[in-house]
Amino acid sequence: MVEPGSVDEVATLLRDASRDGLAVLPRGGGTKLDWGRPPRRADLVLSTTRLDRVLEHAWADMTATVEAGCTVARLQHALAEQGQRLACDPLWPERATIGGILATNDNGPLRARFGALRDLIIGVTLVLPDGTVAKSGGKVVKNVAGYDLPKLATGSLGTLAVITQAVFRLHPLPHETRTLTFAAPDVEPLCELALAIQGSQLAFVSLQVRAGGSVEPGLDVAFEGTRAGLDSQRDELLRLAASVTRVDPPASVWRAREALWQGTEPAVVGTFSVLPTELRAFCARLHEVGMAPPVGWRVVAQGAGVGQFRLEGAPSDVLIAALRGLRTAAERRGGTLVVLAGPEDLKARCDVWGSPGDALPLLQRVKQQLDPRGTLSPGRFVGGL
Amino acid sequence: MDPSVLDRFRGIVGGDGLLTEPEQLRTYECDGLTNFRVVPSAVLLPTSTEQVQAIVRVCYEARIPFVARGSGTGLSGGALPIADGIVISLARMNRILDVDIPNARVVVEPGVLNLSVTQAVAPNYFYAPDPSSQQVCSIGGNVAENAGGAHCLKYGFTTTHVLGLEVVLPDGSLVHLGGTTLDRPGYDLCGVFVGSEGTLGIATKVILRVVRRPAQIQTLLAAFHSTNEAGAAVSGIIAAGVLPAAIEMMDNLAIQAAEAAVHAGYPDCGGLLLVELDGPAAEVAALMGQVREICTSCGAWELRVAQSEEERAAVWKGRKAAFAAMGRISPNYIVQDGVIPRTALPAVMSEIERLSGQAGLRVANVFHAGDGNLHPLVLYDARIAGQEGRAERLAFSILELCVKAGGSITGEHGVGEEKKAFMPVMFAEPDLDTMQRVRCAFDPERLSNPTKVFPRPRLCAEKPGPYQAHPLETAGIAQLF
Repeated sequence: MVEPGSVDEVATLLRDASRDGLAVLPRGGGTKLDWGRPPRRADLVLSTTRLDRVLEHAWADMTATVEAGCTVARLQHALAEQGQRLACDPLWPERATIGGILATNDNGPLRARFGALRDLIIGVTLVLPDGTVAKSGGKVVKNVAGYDLPKLATGSLGTLAVITQAVFRLHPLPHETRTLTFAAPDVEPLCELALAIQGSQLAFVSLQVRAGGSVEPGLDVAFEGTRAGLDSQRDELLRLAASVTRVDPPASVWRAREALWQGTEPAVVGTFSVLPTELRAFCARLHEVGMAPPVGWRVVAQGAGVGQFRLEGAPSDVLIAALRGLRTAAERRGGTLVVLAGPEDLKARCDVWGSPGDALPLLQRVKQQLDPRGTLSPGRFVGGL
Repeated sequence: MDPSVLDRFRGIVGGDGLLTEPEQLRTYECDGLTNFRVVPSAVLLPTSTEQVQAIVRVCYEARIPFVARGSGTGLSGGALPIADGIVISLARMNRILDVDIPNARVVVEPGVLNLSVTQAVAPNYFYAPDPSSQQVCSIGGNVAENAGGAHCLKYGFTTTHVLGLEVVLPDGSLVHLGGTTLDRPGYDLCGVFVGSEGTLGIATKVILRVVRRPAQIQTLLAAFHSTNEAGAAVSGIIAAGVLPAAIEMMDNLAIQAAEAAVHAGYPDCGGLLLVELDGPAAEVAALMGQVREICTSCGAWELRVAQSEEERAAVWKGRKAAFAAMGRISPNYIVQDGVIPRTALPAVMSEIERLSGQAGLRVANVFHAGDGNLHPLVLYDARIAGQEGRAERLAFSILELCVKAGGSITGEHGVGEEKKAFMPVMFAEPDLDTMQRVRCAFDPERLSNPTKVFPRPRLCAEKPGPYQAHPLETAGIAQLF
């Protein structure tokens, strides 16, 4: 493992490793290193731990420049001093780094209001395997000069370049936040409610549905704003939610998806994306999958149709069959399903990523242009990239 | 152009989809930036994805460069033709293919007009990116330029609202980038394509996200003695944690022009702010109170709230007509599109004033003030010898000023033909080279709008990486194990 202390050192390391034909696995906080396929090779782990500075908080312009190895929590702490935040809520913010959440495109429920990371990042510094240090974007919120490489880097899982620095647009910390939680004996009315909320004029910031084989389904909605605004939105929401029961929000409800990584083994955690109207059908399919042979399941999904699930307590064969059924359900109307974490044998035997579609040759050419020797995380990404 | 190639084109789009007469071609010699003009060899008007593919395949085989064109309203010369190339107009591909209200998705062909999307989902939804040309500009053009507009401060740009694309690549193959659902596995090439100014291929279908119309919309007009006072109010509003749907600023010259053109009823003042808040009624009411206080404390001497749809429309009409209105006060003008960090506004404004005095030319200012996007309008008279040249130089020194202040040479109009020489002011050689490598993945033969965006072409066969070897363990930064 190497821990470079500057962008120049990252460039030197990558260039030399690439020249010597070594495979390099970039690493931030190490919380999602097992996502994707296991790389075909990893001769060198390049850790960004020492690149951990918040370089600039231009609070009056509401932007921040931060090094990739800075943890999300540390950045948020620094921004909070001026009453601001990076409006995202990824998994394990105490350990997850900025570079890591970008590479894995880990978006939490705040996305409903503030957009995904791709919408918050406005500039990036990338180091290519040949040692090229390239900046794209800038420090202003609005900018269309040149290609949008911050978006290319976001979600590329360390297979194109090492992210060393990012610039973000920021948002103010809210005056007040309020969460309302509803419960129902099964998930269907909650999915209906999620759709009704999205079709209403409520200005929610987060909206999620939780369900599982052995837990009571719940729906959580968060609002931010002034006291007067929050009161009137609560009243309107209660009118919409008349058919379900209001309950107290469970502790750490907006970190509920973190619990999907804990439970009975063996288990597999996956992520899915469906149309908002298809969330109900996907949850119903999870319920069926859990019946026979018995598989434990839990899901935490955003109203927008993206979510994560856990299948557990069954042998790999059963889990793989269940994943296949779920993927078919997701793909029925253009959705996707990706396996994030699971036993090695399971990942080796199932299709982790699903079909990349007709863009695969183009994805390959992009990889070929930026990482022609296949230095970075070879084989980890979709289509064997 | 080789008659046999023209015959092949005619075979694809029919006689009525192929223009070759000089007087027909003249219509396409420029886009909204009229000081660059090139007459293309031919213009094709396909009506389907298959036709676009077939045209591009012919271009690929014969190595004919092509430029895609929407409504031709672009302001950076992005749709400027190439003399020995063709223009592919997407104007006849103007069908709305699907409207899915429960999922807030709309699928359109590229020739559909921006405003038509909002009309298709009215009254409960709207399409958020709203460039001032929204009544005539096309979605395909918006995708190429990553078009913005007044409301992107809160709602984001075109790229925020494009979920998926069907694209004809420069070799004629068809790919689907993104889709109807979020976060599809793979590189975000949809995000790369949006704003690539026609250099990566031609979008033939666009999947858009539309937005639920908020319960309440209020627009405040605030009159200040100067743009500095108005600028201070903008900073105050943002610092208070209020995120308006839009904050627009106009200086006195811009107000005069708008008044002369559309009689928007603006107060005659040194700096006018237009602040729009939207959301739940109680929230808007509370925040509007706050915004009014901030404006007053910064020196606003008149505050007016437009509440009805008609009042709002009148207020916005003046702002959106601001560019065209310059014709009322000056025979010619150049629209610029720089971006600065908002806090640099007072310094940049006084520097613009100094430069304007030095050049002896008037500059009117219209801003998307919330996100620091300036549109200085340099006024001149082309009939007076030497003025046009001076106006161009002044416009470019304003851009340099923006970059020096930490900003960008373009916030929403694109680089196109006009600003490609300015890219090195903002980006270093490795930055541009990396972007060009991405371009080579899409368009190795450099056929798709090949002369735009980049200051010089890159041959895709060039071997990337001009580096020499260094030992891995230098400086004790690495340990291998």
